[in-house]
Amino acid sequence: MLKSKIFLKKTKKGSILKVVREHYLRDDIYCGSEACDECPQKDEVLELRPQNPSSEIFPDPHYIIPDTNVVLHQLDILEDKCMKNAIILQTVLDEVRHRSAPAYKRIKEAISNPDKHFLSFVNEFHKDTYVERQPRETANDRNDRAIRTAAKWFQTHLFNTGVKVILLTNDADNKVKASQDGVTAFTVAEYVGSLKDNPELLDRLAHSKPSNAFDEGVQLPEHVSIAEVQKGLKSGRYLQGSFQASRDNCLEAVVFIQDKEDVTVFLQGNASLNRAVHEDVVAVEMLPEKDWSYPSSLVIEDVEGETEMDKEARKEKLKQPTGKVVAIIKRKWRQYCGMLLPVIIKTATRHLFVPSERRIPKIRIETRQAHILQGQRVIVAIDSWPKNSRYPLGHFVRKLGTIGDKETENEVLLLEHDIPHVPFSTAVLNCLPKLPWLITEEDVKKRTDLRHLHICSVDPPGCTDIDDALHYKPLDNGNVEVGVHIADVTHFIRPGTAIDEEARKRGTTVYLIDKRIDMVPELLSSNLCSLRSNVDRFAFTVIWEMTKEAEIISTRFMKSIINSKASLTYAEAQMKIDDSKQQDELAQSLRGLNTLAKILKQGRTDKGSLSLASPEVRFHIDSETADPIDVVSKELMETNSMVEEFMLLANVSVAKKIYEEFPDCAVLRRHPSPPPSNFKPVINVAEARGFDFCVDSSKDLANSLASAQLTENPYFNTMLRILATRCMMQALYFCSGMLPYAEFHHYGLAAPIYTHFTSPIRRYPDVLVHRLLAVAIQADASFPELLDKKKTQALCNHLNYRHKMAQYAGRASVALHTLLFFKNKVLIEDGYVMFVRKNALTVLIPKYGLEGIVKLAEYQNIMKFDDENTVQTIGDVIIRVFDAVKVEVSVDQSNIQHQHIKFKLVSPQLPEIEEGPPLKKQKKRK
Amino acid sequence: MAGLELLSDQGFRIDGRRPHELRRIQCRMGVFGQAEGSAYVEQGNTKVLAAVYGPHEIRGSRGKMQPDKVLINCQYSMATFSTGERKRRPRGDRKSQEMTKHLQQTFEAAVLTHLYPRSQIDIFVEVLQSDGGNYCASVNAATLAIIDAGIPMKDYVCACSASYIEDNPVVDINYLEESSGSAELIMAMLPKSEQIVLLQMNSRLHEDNLSKVMDMATQGCKDVHSILDTAVREHLTSSIALQDSSVT
Repeated sequence: MLKSKIFLKKTKKGSILKVVREHYLRDDIYCGSEACDECPQKDEVLELRPQNPSSEIFPDPHYIIPDTNVVLHQLDILEDKCMKNAIILQTVLDEVRHRSAPAYKRIKEAISNPDKHFLSFVNEFHKDTYVERQPRETANDRNDRAIRTAAKWFQTHLFNTGVKVILLTNDADNKVKASQDGVTAFTVAEYVGSLKDNPELLDRLAHSKPSNAFDEGVQLPEHVSIAEVQKGLKSGRYLQGSFQASRDNCLEAVVFIQDKEDVTVFLQGNASLNRAVHEDVVAVEMLPEKDWSYPSSLVIEDVEGETEMDKEARKEKLKQPTGKVVAIIKRKWRQYCGMLLPVIIKTATRHLFVPSERRIPKIRIETRQAHILQGQRVIVAIDSWPKNSRYPLGHFVRKLGTIGDKETENEVLLLEHDIPHVPFSTAVLNCLPKLPWLITEEDVKKRTDLRHLHICSVDPPGCTDIDDALHYKPLDNGNVEVGVHIADVTHFIRPGTAIDEEARKRGTTVYLIDKRIDMVPELLSSNLCSLRSNVDRFAFTVIWEMTKEAEIISTRFMKSIINSKASLTYAEAQMKIDDSKQQDELAQSLRGLNTLAKILKQGRTDKGSLSLASPEVRFHIDSETADPIDVVSKELMETNSMVEEFMLLANVSVAKKIYEEFPDCAVLRRHPSPPPSNFKPVINVAEARGFDFCVDSSKDLANSLASAQLTENPYFNTMLRILATRCMMQALYFCSGMLPYAEFHHYGLAAPIYTHFTSPIRRYPDVLVHRLLAVAIQADASFPELLDKKKTQALCNHLNYRHKMAQYAGRASVALHTLLFFKNKVLIEDGYVMFVRKNALTVLIPKYGLEGIVKLAEYQNIMKFDDENTVQTIGDVIIRVFDAVKVEVSVDQSNIQHQHIKFKLVSPQLPEIEEGPPLKKQKKRK
Repeated sequence: MAGLELLSDQGFRIDGRRPHELRRIQCRMGVFGQAEGSAYVEQGNTKVLAAVYGPHEIRGSRGKMQPDKVLINCQYSMATFSTGERKRRPRGDRKSQEMTKHLQQTFEAAVLTHLYPRSQIDIFVEVLQSDGGNYCASVNAATLAIIDAGIPMKDYVCACSASYIEDNPVVDINYLEESSGSAELIMAMLPKSEQIVLLQMNSRLHEDNLSKVMDMATQGCKDVHSILDTAVREHLTSSIALQDSSVT
């Protein structure tokens, strides 16, 4: 069985090294075809009668063998439902793996999908299909030959079965050689073009070769070679960084230079941008200083009394380090949502696609179904950007639905934020426990029975995934016992199962206004794990013994069984506390908890914990059309803070415990201190109103915030807090072994160590923390990945990304609903000025938590802007930050792709101005 | 692109083996006339020569003499040309010393030492080419050499390495797998009684996986045993046939 073939390989590792590796060739690799009787195999992948779409040029039943470039560039075709029975050779897989990680992932997914009947054939280890590299042969040629040899082998092997094989290659040379060897070969275009039943496939064909038809007389500079770039980067001639296109001007961009914070290079003009797309990693070369330029948005019209020379001098000051892109180091292309630009000629096949993300350039695609796609949201992928084209070339992937339709827009939102939202696969659903789910004797033995306790949960109204519950019990020694009970999700989600993989991939539950994308299937999230009232549920419990002054005497952790006595809403709980007539055990418990929570909160505030604010709103949704009919701000009650206090306490206790037990691999959450410069806007505003504002530590900040109260403007303090919140850094999950202890600090909560333990139903980090804690208290066995700090850190990075995206998606969903709410309405609302800029005001309407920009560009001539105090004077109207204003709110539908809310200042009334040229409005997104 | 794929989805290792497969083992016995016993073993690209002298009277310092059993004196060394990079390895370097000690312990446990009190057996092992599993190949070669010398042992000593790669236990790891940073388990055992003579582990391995890797290594040792046993029998038949033919 073992045939040894030794081959030589040279690698460079400082010096040239001769590497000798064994290469065993085998005779136990089978063809994987159901049609074959020779191979003693089981689990055939390829079908007996391949039902590929009928091809006009090749009517016989056949399997297809794509070569590397086909797999790399035509994945959208291969992934289509009708493409089945393909043989993916090891040679191809290896090459794809080396050249593109995303493509490798996608083709692997296709292979693992049983409906696709894709066979991965290990030709490199097969005794008849292995080819040795010949002298003078390049690696590419050798691989092409290996592919042809394998195709030939399949052809002879399957000769008696009547099933043929087709080699798909776009390489003309390869095709000719294949025909010489007697292998049927087609280009993808030929093959796909011959599939008469699936004409839509043609649209998805990626255009690998720039066709001259697109020649627009544009000639962009050639990119320099990789070797040149590396040399240039070493010598400092080129700089590497990430390319960030400008939102406002498609001809401008900045590059954030790698490893150097705050260093940006400005780029201007088509030739300087040189085919870079937003987020690409590029190499830039600096221009000589005399050619430096400035963003066009900074240019303002003549200032009165200014001479030409002054103006030149002012422009000189605006100049920024400017460069040009010389090469793209790494493309970060993905698939983009957007719409087609309407065309005049009906039968045209070439169209321009406008992505909904403004920073992405228009994409040219070829399609014959433009009439169907008009007014639809579609997804398009970029294939290439030849140097003679103004726009990148791409191909159509799929359509999502009609523009403006809520379902479609939700889909766009999820796709744009990279949120996995497909229904759970059967493999995942198979991991769920069978219903009816019963607690067994064994479970009872392993867990502490807490069913006798008066446990209750307090949540927002309509909450179905209840993951925390509380109890309170006075003890005989005068102390009290307080317990926090968290849904024991890890009992159901075992490491390494499909459901665990899926939950890890999703990372978090995403809450949109009218939709929830669960991290775990509903059976768990809303039933078995949800700590509903009057049913037995598994929980992970933290119990403290506290003095009446909320000092912790002891902490215990245990897996338990609980039976919640009541699921209350915040309002219900508040009522129970306030209503002195209610004296049952539950009401008394709640009062006890509330008292302790207040002490805890005070203690936390004293330590410098911040209470920040962000405008949060809730939509009343029409039950029939599911359109928003009203908006209300989320109300905060004492009970909110009560639950929060105990959750914080539990998180801190657990963080300490797992860090103590696993100093190297605990999953924690840190919140870095923001650099003082971040607070500049807040300080400016507060000082303008005569407050002393100190931000040296979180305690100083908290004190400053607390003292800054204005009697005539009660919303002032909230706005200050909103502003301060925006100055903060992002809190992050991390693995304790990767950072020194000093950096564990949580700035916002003023806690030296913190983690997330309390919401395992909707956050994956909590699941990890649960597992660590379970091992720490010997309630569960550990497993390898749990203790691997590198893997844990990689996972934390992934979870941070998911968390961030989920937040953005939530905000985008609010924005979308706000838009729907204001559609066809014109309202005049009270608002406050949040920022004053040179030519615009940012106004917040607290009622809707809505923020928008009032453009002042038309008043340019009579406007005076005081940069120091951020005060804008227009004629005799003075506008300062946090001033109360009235604005007219409406929806601007002039651009169907980018509908946005328009703000117009109503009061204070601005002087009349003659209509100037219409200015482009924009809505600020955070 | 990230490093090498040590175990592919199709279940093949980088050299085309499946996780449970050993490398090709080839061996010859009686390669030197000078020594009492000698053997040459190839495990894939790892090639080892072993020679056994003795039992004979104690040489050198008589202080080492043991009244109740034989002294086993080992010497392990690697040829300068044995690795990709040529490197002078003086006999006394730390690595070789450690390996020497390990070999000594292994064979003290396997040889019936009480049969030869106040005597000495020398085992010399030279690695000619190294591609992972040096210890294992050395033990296997030394076993054959001792058998060739006719020194009685409790059983063959068979050694085999194992590792845990991509959530799979793999047997007989080569240099590439060895240097990938995953855990390496080295086991020498008496296959018939399944007694472990030496067990060594480098790097970290989670406890849950230890038994799987141990089972893999045990199976590997048994496979090695059957190969060595066949080789010994073949060697004997051919040498007896030679003797017979020379007699007649």
